[in-house]
Amino acid sequence: MENYDLVIVGGGPAGLAAAISARKDGIQSILVLERDDRLGGILNQCIHNGFGLHTFNEELTGPEYAGRFISQLLDEKIEYRLNTMVMDISHDRVVTAMNSHDGLFQIQAKAVVLAMGCRERSRGALNIPGYRPAGIYTAGCAQRLVNMEGEMPGKKVVILGSGDIGLIMARRMTLEGAKVEVVAELMPYSGGLKRNIVQCLDDFGIPLKLSHTVVNIEGKKRVEAVTIAEVGPDRKPIPGTEERYECDTLLLSCGLLPENELSKECGVELSRVTNGPVVNDALETNVPGVFACGNVLHVHDLVDFVSMEAKNAGHYAAAFIQNGEQSELTIDVICDGKVRYTVPQMIRPEAMEDTLTVRFRVSNVYKNASVVVKAGGRELIRRKKQIMAPGEMEQVVLKKADLASADKVEIGIEEA
Amino acid sequence: MEEKHLTCIGCPMGCALTVTIDNGEVVSVTGNTCKRGDIYGRKEVTNPTRIVTSTVAVEGGKDAVVSVKTASDIPKGKIFDIVNALKDVRVSSPVHIGDVIVKNVCDTGVDIIATRND
Amino acid sequence: MYDVVIIGAGATGSATARELSRFKGKFLVLEAEADVCSGTTKANSAIVHAGYDAVPGSKKAKYNVEGSEMMEALSKELDFPYSRIGSLVVCRKDQDRSELERLLEQGKKNGVRDLRIIERDEIVEMEPNIADDIECALYAPTAAIVCPFGMNIAFAENAADNGVEFAFNSRVTSIEKVGDHFSIKTDTDTYETRAVVNAAGVYADVLHNMVSEKKLHITARKGEYELFDKSAGNHVRHTIFQLPSKLGKGILVSPTVHGNLLVGPTATDIDDKEGTNTTADGLSQVEKMSALSVKNIPYRSVITSFAGLRAHEDGGDFIIGECDDCNGFFDAAGIESPGLSSAPAIGKDLGQMVAAWLGLDENPLFNGTRKGILDPKKLSFEERNELIKKNPAYGQIICRCESVTAGEIIDAITRTLGAKTLDGIKRRTRAGMGRCQAGFCTPRQMDLLEKYAHLTPEGVTKSGGDSVLVYGKTK
Repeated sequence: MENYDLVIVGGGPAGLAAAISARKDGIQSILVLERDDRLGGILNQCIHNGFGLHTFNEELTGPEYAGRFISQLLDEKIEYRLNTMVMDISHDRVVTAMNSHDGLFQIQAKAVVLAMGCRERSRGALNIPGYRPAGIYTAGCAQRLVNMEGEMPGKKVVILGSGDIGLIMARRMTLEGAKVEVVAELMPYSGGLKRNIVQCLDDFGIPLKLSHTVVNIEGKKRVEAVTIAEVGPDRKPIPGTEERYECDTLLLSCGLLPENELSKECGVELSRVTNGPVVNDALETNVPGVFACGNVLHVHDLVDFVSMEAKNAGHYAAAFIQNGEQSELTIDVICDGKVRYTVPQMIRPEAMEDTLTVRFRVSNVYKNASVVVKAGGRELIRRKKQIMAPGEMEQVVLKKADLASADKVEIGIEEA
Repeated sequence: MEEKHLTCIGCPMGCALTVTIDNGEVVSVTGNTCKRGDIYGRKEVTNPTRIVTSTVAVEGGKDAVVSVKTASDIPKGKIFDIVNALKDVRVSSPVHIGDVIVKNVCDTGVDIIATRND
Repeated sequence: MYDVVIIGAGATGSATARELSRFKGKFLVLEAEADVCSGTTKANSAIVHAGYDAVPGSKKAKYNVEGSEMMEALSKELDFPYSRIGSLVVCRKDQDRSELERLLEQGKKNGVRDLRIIERDEIVEMEPNIADDIECALYAPTAAIVCPFGMNIAFAENAADNGVEFAFNSRVTSIEKVGDHFSIKTDTDTYETRAVVNAAGVYADVLHNMVSEKKLHITARKGEYELFDKSAGNHVRHTIFQLPSKLGKGILVSPTVHGNLLVGPTATDIDDKEGTNTTADGLSQVEKMSALSVKNIPYRSVITSFAGLRAHEDGGDFIIGECDDCNGFFDAAGIESPGLSSAPAIGKDLGQMVAAWLGLDENPLFNGTRKGILDPKKLSFEERNELIKKNPAYGQIICRCESVTAGEIIDAITRTLGAKTLDGIKRRTRAGMGRCQAGFCTPRQMDLLEKYAHLTPEGVTKSGGDSVLVYGKTK
């Protein structure tokens, strides 16, 4: 058994930022385990620009953004192993991993940071009826084929889901010579950024059909046609609204799911809303010394926020390694349903730092509504927003001084 | 007088802008809720620009292609010219982030630079 | 000149081929698709039925009970996943209990062991998630679950290792009796053979009718299924059937040998013999009906849905044996449920029947043992490390959901009758069969197929033919 102070599972943006931050806090013995053949995670295939406005005050592409963190990691001489799959994390932080070079090996860690990211919802999970031919890809899988392998996965394309990856791939496929027929979105609003709708769809005359879904896939060997239909308020297809598109490819951009199989095995409590771990203000899970950050914790809209969160996770993991386990009072953060979830879900009012950024998402589009935070019978924050949408993360900053006597924190939306 | 309809990209609000143009001059922007909409509307009708990101073939590297971008904004109308100009570009590994892959692509005065190491 | 050409590389055809390889002779299996296990065998309930369903005296009854009794030993000999978990036919308060008693008696007549009717208390003990109004059940401890791919592939591989030839992408277009032998044409080739085994699934009627005046008629009966994440794999521990109806055994809820939960099938007669599409109605019926026998099924955990076809012959029974008006032409037709359970017994019977008819001698070199693809998950920590040291490919995970290594996939591609498609890899190793449904590992599997099956990227397919994955380089 090997020993490291800190093991970080995943070498994507979250893992990189957590490692660098822990090193800056004085942790020498750090190991990053990455399953791919390079650091940087999914950013390597996100070759479009728009990353890093908050972190670097400039617009970078995904690989460039990752490159900045990788350089820091290398400068700090932080150890990492590539092509390495973590197979198991035990409750007492024994990490079992495997690669071709070291075989199956175990590490006793003083602290673990979960930074495994997320995966895409598949066709099967969406239960789309029809045949199961070749040519049905998640947007991310197609993105890898185009941007890394240089292969063209389709020529005539229908996209289901207007998440950002789907929108980005609509443009990317178009630039590579494919014809994107339509983007269908189940919800009455897009899950993607406005900027992407304009620059990836409008720029190329690709129609976006809101409140539409795929109701049939034809083609026994390769996709031959896809039928979409309008959905009613119950999100069920409305008979008679079907439109059939001849195409060879269906791309799915229908949501991301935090990848928490390892966390579950480790005994980490997961939130039914985020599908990620339930954490306190230190981003620590219910398993002492196991921290989580990035898309494995909750799916983020911008990578900049992943980096910020991961920096905190690295910082708190370092503190855990230096100070050991502390038993602390915690209070819950309660959301009203319009606020769909918060991260963290718990706060240590005595141990927390002076300020705490609580990130959350809303469950619908709210215009001219107010975010209201209450604690200890007092209204702490009331902030009016012109618009809040499920596709974008929101945040409030809480002050330790305000929570001294609170037994819970409530976050809600009040509509005008 | 000519009217152009745009969606503002400043925030998730996505205001529907109407930009009125006379002789190539923007007369007014309406439909916006904030200043950003006005600025975006004016720029987008007079001089819309984009960063183009794509890939070029790389030989001897880890991947079949290496990602690239225009080093700065280029006129929106040139997007396809630039993408087509990259079709037959081949580079050899090693390539580093920031390496100039094509100088002054399509006479835009803008270089194509690598965005990934390979 | 072949001694026997077997048409169809499904479970029945492959089992027959393997049985024939016990004899000296020249045998060929013709398969229309790109791989074995590409028709009715690939999509069904994966159940080894105990054998109480079929009418006593029918071929279904005979072969089901025999097949079920053979299965455990075979699974060891041929190394495929099998687990005798038992089944329950459940009866609600508002249903006719006497129907269970009828099944019990029928089962006894068919020679099914250890059948008994149990009451709610015992059911709840066995199955805490059983629906609230289930009153009693027929318990069949000999019922089992099996991996249909594993069984089919094992039969075929073992047959091939014992000298049987296989030709894929070979759809039979005509069969003619020429003197004392047959001439079989595919799109590209002609084969001469002394005997023919027709194991062509939903197409068995078409082939039979090419040589016989006693026409068969097979209807493709579609069954739709939902497969659940392994997190739902323990929701039931036995195969839970509903009381049978005219169209079949109803919607079942069952664990699979790989630890998933399987729910289905519907039963819809269709005209298209390739109509394996799922439908919104079918899938909603699967969910609605399954809830009648098992409660709290986590429908949010569905990872994929699929449809399979049963080859239903108008007569309702299996048709096994030599065609009345065409000597040397042997049918295995109308193989619907319990076809998978029966396949070993049908294969054995039919193989021996054909060998006797041809007067073939025993093959002294026959080796009936086959080793499946090594599953490193079954090794100890130390054994696994030894393996990786010897072959580093076993240290590289390709499919993260099912923890499948490059070593296993390379084995699947390079072994006898190796995988040439993504579906072929999936059915041999489970790579891509997990919760992300190959979203992550598709490009990685493509790389391995290119390297070890010597394909170009555009030559890599999902299931052969036009099922290409990419259309060439972007640059």
